[in-house]
Amino acid sequence: MILNTMRKLSLIQLKENQKAKVLEISGGKGLQHRMMSMGIYPGGEITKLSHFALRGPVTVRVGRSVLALGHGVAAKIIIEIE
Amino acid sequence: MIDKIFLLGNPNVGKSVVFSRLTGVHVISSNYPGTTVEVSKGYLTIGEEKIEVVDLPGTYSLESTSKAEEVVVSLLKEYPKDKSVVINILDATNLERNLFLTLQLIEEGFSVIVCLNMCDDATHRGVHINVEELENLLGVPVISTCAVTGVGIKLLKERIRQAHPNPKNKLTHEARWQEIGKIVETVQRLTHRHHTLREILEDASLKPLSGLLISCVIVYVSFKIVRFLGELLINRIFDPLFFNIYQPVLERLSTALGQKGFIHHLLIGELINGKIDFKQSLGVLTTAPYIEFAMVLPYIVSFYFMLSLLEDIGYLPRLAILLDNLLHRLGLHGYAIIPVLLGFGCNVPGILSTRVLESKRERFIASTLISIGVPCVPLQAMIFGLLGNFGGFYVGGVYLVLFSVVIILGVVLNRVLAGYSPELLIEIPPYRFPPLLILGKKLYFRIKGFLVEAAPIVLLGVLAINLLLYYRLFDFVTGVFAPVIQGLFGLPKEAVVALVIGFLRKDVAVGMLMPLALSAKQLFIAVTLLAMSFPCIATFVVLLKELGLKYLIKATLIMIAVSMVVGSILNFVILR
Repeated sequence: MILNTMRKLSLIQLKENQKAKVLEISGGKGLQHRMMSMGIYPGGEITKLSHFALRGPVTVRVGRSVLALGHGVAAKIIIEIE
Repeated sequence: MIDKIFLLGNPNVGKSVVFSRLTGVHVISSNYPGTTVEVSKGYLTIGEEKIEVVDLPGTYSLESTSKAEEVVVSLLKEYPKDKSVVINILDATNLERNLFLTLQLIEEGFSVIVCLNMCDDATHRGVHINVEELENLLGVPVISTCAVTGVGIKLLKERIRQAHPNPKNKLTHEARWQEIGKIVETVQRLTHRHHTLREILEDASLKPLSGLLISCVIVYVSFKIVRFLGELLINRIFDPLFFNIYQPVLERLSTALGQKGFIHHLLIGELINGKIDFKQSLGVLTTAPYIEFAMVLPYIVSFYFMLSLLEDIGYLPRLAILLDNLLHRLGLHGYAIIPVLLGFGCNVPGILSTRVLESKRERFIASTLISIGVPCVPLQAMIFGLLGNFGGFYVGGVYLVLFSVVIILGVVLNRVLAGYSPELLIEIPPYRFPPLLILGKKLYFRIKGFLVEAAPIVLLGVLAINLLLYYRLFDFVTGVFAPVIQGLFGLPKEAVVALVIGFLRKDVAVGMLMPLALSAKQLFIAVTLLAMSFPCIATFVVLLKELGLKYLIKATLIMIAVSMVVGSILNFVILR
């Protein structure tokens, strides 16, 4: 059980070039809709590309597109490492 | 009967290029999400029928999250479905994400025809899509196109009539993604390729260190190119034209008019040492065209050349990532850099493009900061032309003052205004290298737009000023404002005229300062005030349209207050 919760991270904690599976988007409905329509959805794969210092944005690859997310939004994406 | 065609798709899939191909109406297209923030209309003739075609801003889904998307959804839902066709444009290099909107459209019962755009780029990137299979699975016509070169557009036109509704059960978002997964697996084949230089550069601009380095190089080189090209045009083309060909003609006209009198005053202006001086004579035929064509136009050409190139390559969104942190402190997020950059060309498109931002709060902050701290090309060209004579130190100083004002005011607004600003959430497009023809066309339309809008106002403006000066009608205004201008800002009272004219056009306003023989300090304060105080009338109208009267008044009060404070500080403290 403990091991299971250990593997749950937010996108912020993921390392660069690491791949993960999206578990949930812990935000309001509007944010969830927006994320989902751009390709970030529970069950989908996500790869972190880079992370800018001082609570800067995070860039990720989902499918064939590259997205840039503000620090606050990235923190709301809960992921699971295989 | 169909009487409307909507062009719909994700941001940055080339809707505007398809629109231009279908209707022959030119609209600006670039390589970043959110180029189109307004609805454009045109007509397509099929057989004997003329059907209206509507180019819509891009949207990821039928649930709107920004003002531009709101427009799309409401337009689409208001129009009867049986009378319209939706051409859903997809980026073939990114089928999976694009299909989300497609499935939504089909589920909602729209008559959809799918236009699989950017097929050439897809092939380059090793993406192969089985178009017939996709058509079978979706149950609506699918046509592959490359709108930039025009491939497939004819077929698209022929098959528009075949679009038909094919309503399906509405899926949840997760279920829709699963469905998409299945479709993509069936129709798409990826061939593995080695990393190209383009992809290496794409990745490098996303990493903090290399990204910063690349941006420094790009900004520096762009600035150099804009200056070099602008000066080249002035020294090699426009100045010789004016001095060697145009001036002798005017001198003869001046002699014919007897070198003085009412008409001479209007057309030629004042003679300086018995000769026409393009910078000081202030006539409708002398200074007006010189300002517009020899001082401003060259920089319009060079600035828009560079901006268009960066837009089409797809570099601008990468700048947004780097600046996200800084802009957050101003209550904005990184993508606000797009309106700011457009604002450096002309504040009008800059403020219009604040529609890419999600909240009213952000749009208010961005519009106010642009009107105060982002000088347009005509103003900048004049600042360089005039203040540059005193040395680059002064020119740099103006930018430094404006930049500081933007930062301070932004931080204050972010603290004072209620609410919070949303976070950055954008797609970063791949680099693309547009055919030169497309780039040239865009440049042509931007220059034409400038000439059509600016030239008449400048000519009439100078005419009006000359009439007012001739009949001494400015004296009253000058008298009223003189204490402020002289007391607070240390400017001669004639500078009032220039500040008032600034409301009409900034370049003419700076032109009005030329005959006043101001000191470097006075000129510095005057152009800084011109940049910060009231925007020109065109910008004012757009502000009213975009923000509404209440916020326009707020923005205006901020502008007046900031100008007073900064003008006085410059006069009494910094440049003492």
